[in-house]
Parts: sequence; structure tokens; C-alpha cells
Amino acid sequence: MTPLLDVQGVTKRFRGLTAVDNVSLSVEEGEIFAVIGPNGAGKTTLFNIIAGAMTPDTGSVTFAGASAVGVQPHELCRRGLARTFQIVRPFPELTVMENATIGAMMRAPDMDAARARAGEVLRQLDLWDRREAKAKSLTLPDRKRLECARALATGPRLLLLDEVMAGLRPTEVDRIVAILREINRSGVTILLIEHVMRATMALAGRIHVLHHGATIAEGTPEEVTRHPKVLESYLGAEAL
Amino acid sequence: MNPFATLARLVDEAPRRALLLLAAFVAVLLVAPVVLDRYLLSVFFLIFWFATVGQAWNIMMGFCGQLSLGHALYVGLGGYVGALFWVKFGISPAIAIVPAMLVAVAFGAVIGWLGFRFGIEGVYFALLTIAFAEVARIGFDNWSFVGGAAGFFIPVSSAASPVNLRGGPMLFYYVALAMMIIAFILCAALRRSRLGHAWLAVREDAEAARALGIDVFRAKMAAVVISAAMTAVAGVVYAFYQNNLFPSQTFDIARSIEMILAPIIGGLGTLFGPILGAFILTPLGQTLIALVEKIAGRAIPGVNLVFYGAALMVIIWFTPNGVWPWLKKKLGIPEGRE
Repeated sequence: MTPLLDVQGVTKRFRGLTAVDNVSLSVEEGEIFAVIGPNGAGKTTLFNIIAGAMTPDTGSVTFAGASAVGVQPHELCRRGLARTFQIVRPFPELTVMENATIGAMMRAPDMDAARARAGEVLRQLDLWDRREAKAKSLTLPDRKRLECARALATGPRLLLLDEVMAGLRPTEVDRIVAILREINRSGVTILLIEHVMRATMALAGRIHVLHHGATIAEGTPEEVTRHPKVLESYLGAEAL
Repeated sequence: MNPFATLARLVDEAPRRALLLLAAFVAVLLVAPVVLDRYLLSVFFLIFWFATVGQAWNIMMGFCGQLSLGHALYVGLGGYVGALFWVKFGISPAIAIVPAMLVAVAFGAVIGWLGFRFGIEGVYFALLTIAFAEVARIGFDNWSFVGGAAGFFIPVSSAASPVNLRGGPMLFYYVALAMMIIAFILCAALRRSRLGHAWLAVREDAEAARALGIDVFRAKMAAVVISAAMTAVAGVVYAFYQNNLFPSQTFDIARSIEMILAPIIGGLGTLFGPILGAFILTPLGQTLIALVEKIAGRAIPGVNLVFYGAALMVIIWFTPNGVWPWLKKKLGIPEGRE
């Protein structure tokens, strides 16, 4: 079976700095796949390349059997790839319901269907009670979940989540972990970019570790946490 | 989209009380000419007219977040096309609104394409819209076929003919009232449509909109084109009301600015804002003009604009989001509703 997302030999340089260095990974349909790494490891650059917001200098990105390089973000979304933003970008002056409805419009035949779909997603993400509130009035955890709700409302095959757990309290992290599992069970493949280790270990089936833009390990959470290079990059060589 | 079904939905979803109030308001406006004299009829014509073009401009700025400071361009193009068809070929303005809209749409599309394709945003886009209006002014100033700087005139005929927009202030009162109502309904329908939601998303955050599958370029183009078409229709009516067109007035930036004040004062991005704003500003402005004429013994051009500036400052000071959002709160209407 061909993977849903296939990244082969992707490199991206900013002037002298190689932000992403010859990275390859593939995400199978139905799994939860995580990319982790310390600050400045190139996670967000890789994410932006996959999401169509940047083009790589070399390498290929294939989504659902077609090249995703140079494809406009709205077109990728149409093909079934939805993303969130690390720094959340809700539509502040619109209500929570309107935010989700806009996401749901893409696959809905009409606005009634879009609103119905938006309602479903808001319930799934525990935002139904806040539906009449303006997005700008939400707390950060609520905003993070709205970001997920909106992306999920587009009916994606692959959900790209950029540090949705960053800045959340542990109870909030547990809540979103449970929700993401539920989303995954409903058939959506998830690619997480994360900094929060505990949650990533609990959630992901496979983990890809970046350091200084390059791959240092890939495998199950157990394999990755035992990998000497991973320990070194996270804890420092002395800790070993 | 079936227009009648949409209309039925709009009526269906609006609260009872609001509908009754609206119906009463329209009814009053329908019978008002019985007591209005010629002067007041002309004041009301201006109110309706500014409410209409305010509504059109609001689609671009209020809904889609694209600042146009050159909407006089579409008024002028509409006016000239309508007048030319009537005077040169004897074609009724009722038919000529179609080519008038098409010409305005073509210009709007060019401006939009230049701006949105090449990422010209915010104030730079606004400058582009001003530039086009200015170029049009200079072009029409020097185009002898349409009278050049000396102006273009629509002959006054004694025989009233509503279809051809020939008649007195009473005719124009009703034409403009109809225009205002249609513009309102159109905007209400657009606001709740798929396109309307795409506009709001683009206004709020274009990058996020793109990530949700919205073709931002197309949404912006649709806003310019629809706004231009609506404004052009109002332009045809205005030309026939005035019976003359002078490039220096028609395409003047002062006209563009005057057009955007009502929606700003009334409330950007709202449906009632442009109407409310026009009902506040136009009568005050006209009163002031009359007053100055009485006191100074002659008309001082531009005095109403100075007044508008002052009014804008005062109103924005007290209600930063416009009068309608403030009024809405006072009336206890929930935030998410109109």
C-alpha cells in the first residue's frame, strides 16, 4: 500500500542555514505519526513544506498519490490535507460557530449542511457550549481546540497539527489527547508536530525525531526514547 | 440559488419584531412623499442613494476587508455608460444598466487582478483604487466624444417616462428607495451565503482562510466585481437624477470619500450600518449646506465634507465600531445576529 503522505529527501536552506536536511518520512493511512525535536530542529519548516506554505529546495512531497510541491494551500485542503497553525489564527470577530462553519463549507453541498457539520465538530471538540461566543473571547485552550475543530471541519484525510499542545496545562493536554484519539478512530490520519513529550509518547504510533534539521531516529515511542542520539539531543551528552 | 427561496429563508430566520419594525419603516417611506416637498424628496433621494452605494462599498471593505478609496470610478462609469446609451443611441437606462454594470465589472476586475495577483494589500491597494479613479477622471476630461471637461448632458424632457428615468423628484425618490431595499436584501443574502462566509474569513485572516480551502484570490475578485456592479447601477440613476456629468466631479476623490462615510459611521461589515449611517449623515450634511447658504448668502463648496469629518470624529469617538453595533447592544440583540 502506498503511504498517504510521502516525504522524500526534502531539504530547505535559508541562506547559510539548512533548516531541513534531507528528511524522508512516510505516513500510512490511519496512523498517528509524530515529528518531534528540540527548538530549532526544523519541525515547523518541515510542517510548512508539507502544508504547501513553502516549497523545498530539493526533494519531493507526495500526498494521496500526487505531488504536493508548489500546490496552493487551498488546493491541498481540497485534496484532504488540513492544517492548524502553531500560533493559533482564529477568525477573531466571528463566532465559534461561524469559524467552524467556514471550515465545513468546503465539502458541504450547502450552508445548512456546513452548519450541521460544524455543529458535529464543535461537539466533538467540547466547544458546543461556546458556539455563540466570538473567537477572540476564548481562552487559549479553547482557541487551540477551535483551531483543530476548524481544520477537522474541512473533512480531511490527513490532519496536520502544529504544536496544538504547546502552552496547555497537563489537564488540558490530557483532554486534547483523548479528543485526538477519538478523531483518529473515526478514520482521520494525524501528523503531529510536537514539543510536549509526554503527550506525544502517549498518542503517536510512530515518532520521527529531528535535530538540527536532520533525522536522528524513527520508530515506536519505546524505540525512540531508548535511542542514544535522542537522549543526547534532549538531555545533553553528559546525562548519559 | 433560487432568489425567492433565499428571500423566504431570510424572512423566516429574522425575528418577528425586527420584521414588523422593518415593514413599518418601509411602509412609512412608501407613503412619505405625500407630505414631502421637492426639497425633502431630494434629501431622501440622497439618503437612499448613499445607503445603496454604502452597501456596495461595504461588501468590499466590511465583508472582505479590501479598502477601496476609488468607488467614484464605478459611479462615473455607470453614469457615463447609461447617459451615452440614452443620448447617443436612444437606449433606455433600464436596459443600459447591463452594459453599465459590465464596464464597471471589467474595470473592477482589472483593479482586483492587479492588486490581488501581485499581493498589493491594505493602503497600497487603496492607492491603486484612487489611481484608477484619477486616471478615469483625466481620461474623461480629454475624451471629446463624451463632452470632455465641459461635461455631458442628458436632455430634460417634459414627458415623464419612469422606464427611461425621466421625471421629477418623486420618481427618483421611489427608484432610489427600491435600489436601497434591493441592495439590502442582496447583501443580507450574500452575508449568509458560502461566498459571504469566505469573504469574512478573508477579512479576518487570509492565511487561515487559505488553509481552510478558500480560494482567497477568487473571493476577493468576487467582492470587487459585485461591489462594482452594484455601484454602477447607482451611478446610472445618479446621472439621470443630475442630468449632467462632469469628470472633475464624477470621479473626484471627495465623492469616493463621501460614499464610504455612511457605512463607517453606521458600522463596517453590518447590514444596517450603511443605511443608518446615510440616515444620520445626509440630512445633517444637507441641513448644514442650507444653513451656510442662509448665513453666508452663498453656497460654500465642500462645507459638508468638513462637517462629515467632524461628525466622523465625534461618532467614532463614542461608538468606535459604528452606530449600529452600539444600537444593537442597547436594543439587546445578541452579538452574533444582525
